[in-house]
Order: sequence, then structure tokens, then C-alpha cells
Amino acid sequence: MTTIQTPSQPAAPATLSYATPPPAPPAPALLRALWDNAGMLVVFALMFAAAAIFVDHFFTWVNLRGLLLSVTTIGMVACTMLFCLAAGDFDLSVGSVLAMAGIVGAVVSNATESAAVGIFAGVASGAVVGFVNGFVIAQLGINALITTLATMQIARGLAYTFAPGAVSVGIKDADFHLLGRYSVLGITSPIWLLIFAFIIFGILLRYTTFGRNTLAIGGNSEAARLAGIRVRRTKIIIFTLQGAMAAFAGVVLAARLTSGQPNNGMGLELQVISACVLGGVSLTGGVGTMLGVVVGVLIMGMVENVMRLMNVPTFYQYIASGTILLAAVLIDRARTRHSV
Amino acid sequence: MAHYLQFESISKGFPGVRALSSVSFGVAEGSVHALLGENGAGKSTLLKILSGVYRADEGRLLLDGRPQTFRDTLTALRAGVAVIYQELQLVPQLSVAENLFLGHLPNTAGWVDRKTLRQRAAEQLRMLGEDIDPRVKLGSLPIGQRQMVEIAKALARDAKVIAFDEPTSSLSSRETDRLFAVIRSLRQQGKVILYVSHRMDEIYAVCDAATVLRDGQHVQTYPRLVEVTRDELVRKMVGRSIADVYNYAPRKLGPPLLEVKDLSGSGLSAPASFTVREGEIVGFFGLVGAGRSELIRLVYGATRTTGGTIALSGKPLRIRKPPDAIKSGIVLLPEDRKKEGIVPVRSVQENVNVSARRHFSPMRFFISYPRERENASRYVNALSVKTPKLGQEVRLLSGGNQQKVIIGRWLGENPRVVLFDEPTRGIDVGAKSEIYRIIYGLAERGVGVVVVSSELPEVMGVSDRIVVMRDGTIAGSVDRADFAQERLLAMALPEGASVGAGA
Repeated sequence: MTTIQTPSQPAAPATLSYATPPPAPPAPALLRALWDNAGMLVVFALMFAAAAIFVDHFFTWVNLRGLLLSVTTIGMVACTMLFCLAAGDFDLSVGSVLAMAGIVGAVVSNATESAAVGIFAGVASGAVVGFVNGFVIAQLGINALITTLATMQIARGLAYTFAPGAVSVGIKDADFHLLGRYSVLGITSPIWLLIFAFIIFGILLRYTTFGRNTLAIGGNSEAARLAGIRVRRTKIIIFTLQGAMAAFAGVVLAARLTSGQPNNGMGLELQVISACVLGGVSLTGGVGTMLGVVVGVLIMGMVENVMRLMNVPTFYQYIASGTILLAAVLIDRARTRHSV
Repeated sequence: MAHYLQFESISKGFPGVRALSSVSFGVAEGSVHALLGENGAGKSTLLKILSGVYRADEGRLLLDGRPQTFRDTLTALRAGVAVIYQELQLVPQLSVAENLFLGHLPNTAGWVDRKTLRQRAAEQLRMLGEDIDPRVKLGSLPIGQRQMVEIAKALARDAKVIAFDEPTSSLSSRETDRLFAVIRSLRQQGKVILYVSHRMDEIYAVCDAATVLRDGQHVQTYPRLVEVTRDELVRKMVGRSIADVYNYAPRKLGPPLLEVKDLSGSGLSAPASFTVREGEIVGFFGLVGAGRSELIRLVYGATRTTGGTIALSGKPLRIRKPPDAIKSGIVLLPEDRKKEGIVPVRSVQENVNVSARRHFSPMRFFISYPRERENASRYVNALSVKTPKLGQEVRLLSGGNQQKVIIGRWLGENPRVVLFDEPTRGIDVGAKSEIYRIIYGLAERGVGVVVVSSELPEVMGVSDRIVVMRDGTIAGSVDRADFAQERLLAMALPEGASVGAGA
């Protein structure tokens, strides 16, 4: 017999019980809501308070400014990495793109004697790599790991190739240097740029169709496509933005260092992804907020900062960052599991 | 009578549904026991509890009188329980022999003993009367032989209890006969066999006893199946008569709305043409693989067409991708709700607005949360979606409510044609007739509706007209006045196949 299904009964039977959350006492419910929505924010606040109380020199203007400056590179790249991860992909090429863009910016600005042209060329070079990533991943259907692993090496190679003698390229133009140290209200430009990036990409994710589509694609790309979202185009835009942003961070870093250095940004991709995951961004896509990323970035910076203040040797810092990342993922899992 | 396998007051709940409530029955040694029920009756949940995938919320599972606690599938396997699923749990890249002993390859200190592996594999296959070379890659075997490998794998594990979940759904009739022969010989060896299927003929051909589940509850166990009529079984499974479920009422039909001419593309063996009138509900019936889903996906632009024309109210359309169809007012509710419909980790509100927001987003770019809330709550109320809040993640809703969320998504587009692909698959019984009501409501408003379904009673219940597909082409169209099961089935079956062959 062919598959024939027997029909079903009409009225909703009494045995069906729909999930309604059990009424919880108000105080724990409030805590739970806070924990669910801002778990890592709470963790961050506690860590910050502890550091301020127990670590000498932590809660000083100079130190906090230094802390912020130390996370500008990771933070800027994390803004667009959030989009990549939210769309269910990731980008390993950001560290290399950052180095390459610094070199391109330095070489071009030296050649044209124009800071603006140099900066533009640097950012554009990164956007090109990003576009290639996006095109190969979205249009040709190659997975993001392989694609960006390849472009990671290519961009690193280009960074060395563009730097004469494969060493750092000094930036002659003093205007270019300003990008890295121009100060407003006692805060230098990289920090301002980081704050702007957080705000702009935060708005982009939460308040635009582009951002919401990104999350939908990461949550279920086939459903997104059938719901009329242009999945390929959106992904290409995401990767292009990611490349441009990594490059911009690279140009800013080069300005701070007054030179482009081909070995900048080694391992940056993993730090950035760690910061995002710390901030509750799902590696499987569809889940992530800018607030979370901000917190993740700050936690990473704070841990490093505190350890430096306490004169902990660098190699312990690696162990600490790794442990914190693992802990964050476990906490996140525990947090999301109870709601299933 | 003592049963080897005994379920005692088994209950299991999921968010949104109570899948099983206090189910008790037993299965004797040397017996093939049918487990019957509609989609959503709780059969798969029960099998998953038996195989250790799920743990029962309440109740006990006894084997030979001893209560069991299966923490995972491995403990179930060790206790001698094997479940053979529709999607076989095999690794196509490995050899047949390696698959047979997956997880317990014969080895010396970790080194695989290839010779013993081959010999023992050949032995197991011979016991089933199968002539399969254990060295070939599993992926190179036809599906029927793969199933035999799966059975041999269960036997290699010394399984005493073997459960089959819709084992014949992808088998040819010859393969089905082979399978039945094997099941009968297993019965003779005193195995305890649980057999899940929709196909009544098969149940009567191979089973000795039967248990009927409905809405997660135990309805009845028949220790001697031969004494029970087919009608009795169906009545127990369904609970009510067919007419009540569908509540069909004829409508006045308008002029032709969707006109598809000579459409071709992947999945179709010949160009297809059909028309849907305003306010008309056209059912598409056919066997799995007949090309129904493929055809409406071509209409929607989900797959590229290679030829043909689509017109709406006489105006030709150019549909190359889903956004083109949506803009023209043609929308699709995809077949596989979880894979193609919902975005599970996002909220109800987000899922409803994902498409329709283009109508109210400032500059088509910025999100207006007040309007998103308004749009989502309108359809959540209109379709009575049961959700505690608009921010609830859609994965936590029951299947029927997820389906309504997707319908809500499309109502916001004011569609002129709605293509439903298996709209009630895996949906709670109560929600089914609600979905039908929504379908009638759309048709009343002059919307053209297409309902693709493999459930013949459903297609017959809701459609004004049925288009039958066979082997990738349209085999014909039947008006409601001429609906008859036999006729529709005969049209749907491939040339040369007799009624009674497997789909």
C-alpha cells in the first residue's frame, strides 16, 4: 500500500498542555532575568569591582585609559567579527589583513605623500580581501574555515611582499601619525574610533534590516533564503565589511606605531573570536549582541591589564585567557540549557 | 502472561507538548508487535525512550522483569535493545564489516584485527541469508541491503529487542518481502520485535499483536491482531470521523489567478502546466519523489527554472529568486519546517517580521520596533499562536505553533497565492484543523491556495480540485465531485506498478 495517513481529530484535546513558564517568586525571577540577559555583564562588573579594590594602580585614570587603548585593535575587529559569527561563519584572515593594510597604508602614503590616500588604500586593500572571502564563501560555497585560512596566509604573504626587505615600513607623514594619537578630552583617537565602531555596528545589528537579516541567516540560512532574504549578497557585504574593518584597525595600529609591521596581528583572529564568545556570541550563528561583545572585549583587556599590574609573566597570561574562555563557554551553556 | 519488554506508565513532555502520558503495554518473546498511531501520537518518542536517546519523565521500562535505566544509547545497546531508524545509523564511507562492528571492532590492544572482522561480518550476513561482500563500502549498496546491514549490526550486538521505525518507507516491494522474511525468522529465534509503520497491509502481513497510541496516550493493545479489523484499528488511531476534521465547505471561485505553463527545471521529468483560480484550493497529490515539492519550489523561485512561464491574473511574472515571488504576492510554506521555515534561535516577533518588515521599515533599512511588535502581535492573536511572549524563541514552541508563526510571516505580505508544502506534517492533532481553518479563510478572501501533501485523506479533505503528479510530471487533475481514493492512487502510481507495491 502506498503511504496513506489517516486523518486526525479536530478539536484541541484536553491532554495537550502548552508550555507556560511556571510562576516564579519575584525576587529570583528578577535575578534570573538579569542573569539571562546580561550574565557576562554581571561577571564583568564583579571582576571590575574586585580589581579596583584589590589591585594597586588599577582604578586610576592612566591605567584605565591604557586598558582601553590596549583593546582598541581587538575591539574594532570584534565589531565586524560579531556579524560574521552571527551569520554562522567566521573569518580567520583578520590578523593578516590587519598587518597587510598597515603596510599598504604606510607604503602608499609614503609614495603619494598623502596620509588620506594611504589610509584609504590600506582600508581598500582589506575590503578587497574581505570581498574575495565573501565571494568564495557565499557564491562558490566553499566553507569559511578553508577560505579564510587560505586568505589568512595570502594576506600575510602580501604584507611581507609589500614591505621592502620584509621589515617594518616607517610612516613619514606626520598627519598619518595623528590618526593614532590625536587627543580629544584627554582620550586618544583609537579609543574614540573604537567607541564609534561599537555604536555604529551596534545600531547596524539591532536597528537595521541588514543586522536582523544577518542574525536570521546565522539562525537558519535556508529558512532565511526562502523568506526572501538575499543570503549571498548579505554574506558578501558582511565579509567585505569585516575585511575593511580589520584593515582600518591595521591602519590605526600602524599610525600608533608610526610604522606598518608585517608581523602585526599574529593570532589576532583567535583573540577576537574569543572576545566575541566571551560576550555570548554563538559560534553556530544566530545569536549575539554588541553589548555582549563590548563586555567580552573589556574582560579580555582587563585580565591582561591586571596580570601586567601584578607582574604576572606573559606565559601565565595565555593560560589565564584560555581558562577564562573555557569558563565563559561553560557558563553560557549552563545559562542557555535551563531554558530548553 | 509475562512480557519480556514492558512499558510501565511512561510519560515524557517537551516544551509545548506532552508527548507521552502514562503509556503502559508489554511485548512478548517471539512476537512482532505493531506500534500504531498518527504523526504526533508519540511512537517515535517511545522508541527514543526505548533506545536511550530520551529519558522518560515518569514510569519504568522493564526487560525480562528487571527495571532498566538507559542513560544513553550505549547502555540500551548493552542491555540488548536495538532500534533501527528510518534514517539508518550507518557510516557510508566505511566498509560493511566496519559498520557491522562499529564501536566494538575486534582488536588486539587497539589494533584492528581485519581478518577476524571480515570473517565475523561474513558470518553475520550469512545468518541473515544475505550475500554481501563485507569488504565493500557501505555507501555502494542499495538501500535495502543497507537495511540488512543495520539488522545484522543489531544481531552482532546480541540484541534481544529490535524495534523497526518505518523500515519499508524507502524499500522496493522485493526488498520489503526480503525484510519480512528476515523479521519472521527473527521472531522464530524468540526475539522481541516492535514494528512501527503507517501501512496497514504491512502490519497485517508481519505483525502478531498491536498497540495503538493517540495524542501520547495508550488507546488499546490487541494481543491477537488477526481478530481485529482494519476499520477498528483506524478508528482507534483517528478517534473521530474524517468529515469533522476538515470541515470543508464549497466556495465561489473567481477567474484564473496563477497560471503556470510548461514550467521545467530540476525534479521535473516533463514541463508542467496548471492553473489556480481566485479562492480555489488546489491539492497536489503524489508519491514521495513525484515532483510536487519540486514543482512549487520552481514556481516560488527557490530553485531555478529552465523554461516555461508563470502569470498572475494574466500578467506574466519573471521569478528567478524567492524575493521576486514574494513581491508578486506568491509565498511558500516549506515542507521541512525546522530546516527551511523557522529560524529556531530567534524570537517569535523576529520570525514573523523577517519578510513583511520591508513594508514598514523606514527607508527599508531601519527597524521600527513598535511596528514590528504591532505586526507580530496582530498575527499571533489572529492565528492564536500559543506563546508566553513575543520574545520567546521559536524553537521552544510546538510544531503547530511554529507553523502558524510562518503563516503569520506570510499574512503580513498580503499574499495572492499561498503554496503550502505538507502544512500539517508532524503537527499536533488539535493544531491540524486550525491550519485547515486558516487555509479556508485565505481562500474565502480570494487567495489562491496550493496544498501539497502525501496524506491522501488530507488532500481529499481540503481541496476543491486535486492535481496528481507521477514521476516528475502532472498525471492529471480531478474535481472534487470525482474524488475517489482508488482513482487518485491509480493515477499516482508509477506505470506498471500495482497497488500494494511500496512507495
